[in-house]
Amino acid sequence: MPAVRFQNVSKVYSGARGPLRALDGVSFDIEEGEFFGLLGPNGAGKTTLISVLAGLARASGGSVTVMGHDVVTEYAAARRSLGIVPQELVFDPFFSVRETLRIQSGYFGVRHNEAWIDELLAALGLADKAGANMRQLSGGMKRRVLVAQALVHRPPVIVLDEPTAGVDVELRQTLWQFISRLNQQGHTVLLTTHYLEEAEALCGRIAMLKQGRVVALDRTSALLAGTASTMLRFKTDAPLPPAVAAAARITGRIVQVKARDAAEVEALLATLRAAGVKVEDLEIGRADLEDVFLEIMRGPST
Amino acid sequence: MNFAGAGTLFRKEILRFWKVAVQTVAAPVLTAVLYLMIFGHVLEGRVEVYPGVGYTSFLIPGLVMMSVLQNAFANSSSSLIQSKVTGNLVFLLVTPLSHWAWFAAYVGASVVRGLVVGAGVFVVTVWFAPLHLAEPWWLVVFAALGAGMMGSLGLVAGLWAEKFDQTAAFQNFIIMPMTFLSGVFYSVHSLPDVWQWVSHLNPFFYMVDGFRRGFFGVSDASPWLSLAIVGASFAVVAAITLRLLAIGYKLRT
Repeated sequence: MPAVRFQNVSKVYSGARGPLRALDGVSFDIEEGEFFGLLGPNGAGKTTLISVLAGLARASGGSVTVMGHDVVTEYAAARRSLGIVPQELVFDPFFSVRETLRIQSGYFGVRHNEAWIDELLAALGLADKAGANMRQLSGGMKRRVLVAQALVHRPPVIVLDEPTAGVDVELRQTLWQFISRLNQQGHTVLLTTHYLEEAEALCGRIAMLKQGRVVALDRTSALLAGTASTMLRFKTDAPLPPAVAAAARITGRIVQVKARDAAEVEALLATLRAAGVKVEDLEIGRADLEDVFLEIMRGPST
Repeated sequence: MNFAGAGTLFRKEILRFWKVAVQTVAAPVLTAVLYLMIFGHVLEGRVEVYPGVGYTSFLIPGLVMMSVLQNAFANSSSSLIQSKVTGNLVFLLVTPLSHWAWFAAYVGASVVRGLVVGAGVFVVTVWFAPLHLAEPWWLVVFAALGAGMMGSLGLVAGLWAEKFDQTAAFQNFIIMPMTFLSGVFYSVHSLPDVWQWVSHLNPFFYMVDGFRRGFFGVSDASPWLSLAIVGASFAVVAAITLRLLAIGYKLRT
């Protein structure tokens, strides 16, 4: 039995300019104990898919199960199996951190949960904030409380919807150590993120969404191996020749260009030299997940 | 049913208003006392609604019930719209709580808020005029049913509204006129025939009239008729509320 099963899930929103198809026949399974990544550009349907999974949105077609429970007909069992860390930094300003966690635990019918709540507070570095009102916390601290809230009923499946957006490096480390530990203990983790290096480091398997469809679904290692290309990386201040600029990924001074083999590297360097572009810190490396992602997203949508 | 979960939501809703009791309990009590002082001062000795009952004595039960109703409505409607606008309703939406649990918890907490404010108004105003309890069971029945119906109506308003001003409009243009025109400040028998007839179409009239019966043992309408109408109104509003919650109206897209 897969931990999560999406079967031909579609979602159509009725917009002002006609129906908007946010999800279009999405099907894949996430096995128990997997650390699974869901990637895609903004508007690809990642959050919609997670909303359908969590019962925040209803699918227009298809079905979703969590630990074998249908999210519509057996919603109570499905939601008990699921811990969702929402993307938005939301909180209830009336309560302290500990009250927030006790209340969330109570909603799931879990009483006498103090030991686990204390463990969560300690693991997420919130122990000294337990009595603080939610309003007094910084953004990063609020994010930690969201994670604790999602885990308070010990769900076997944990969903993190861009949990590290706007989060400092230290918290990111704390968070990933903690989530990895839970994953090692057998929890299934579904992660969406914009930080592709995080997905590459953490996720054993990855699905990529584009315009509401799955355009790639494979082991992370297989996705990386699939593009056997090399990357030419360098820094420059000079404008690039148009032929190079069109194929390059440019981040400030850093330029990355894909090259299939040594001959292509040669040709690229020759083009740059001919254009009088002075390059620094030149290196040749393997493609990373970001390159795979960009290549897939540039491809045709179906 | 997940009773522990529903109980948690109920307690959370009570804590929510209790933590800001100055605004949610003390303020409405003060408002009611001001009404009593002003109307009582102006009209005491000029109006006798029931034989042997002074105007201030007549007014107090009406003000108590008006406070019960308005605050029961305010509790569920404001809680829901706040959670919707700030986005923290998601914490509730991802739980296994059923629509019955939502209904029981929100309406239950609204009834508590209504009764707490009503009791506060009573405790403060009872010193202004002689009152005794002729048929106290009617007080309990009408206060609880009225608060239940208003808590349920507050849920409907909170579900429907997308902004704070929409719940405020619901309160100001529907709840306020209907409570003010329900015979809180006067007996409907003193009105022209047409307005008497119109008043009898207002379910709030039966709530206030039935509640007042508990103090004076007399009322404009039969308490049994009032009970039937208030009970039926509650049943209708509750059925609508439960339906909206079950389909996730404006909650789940």
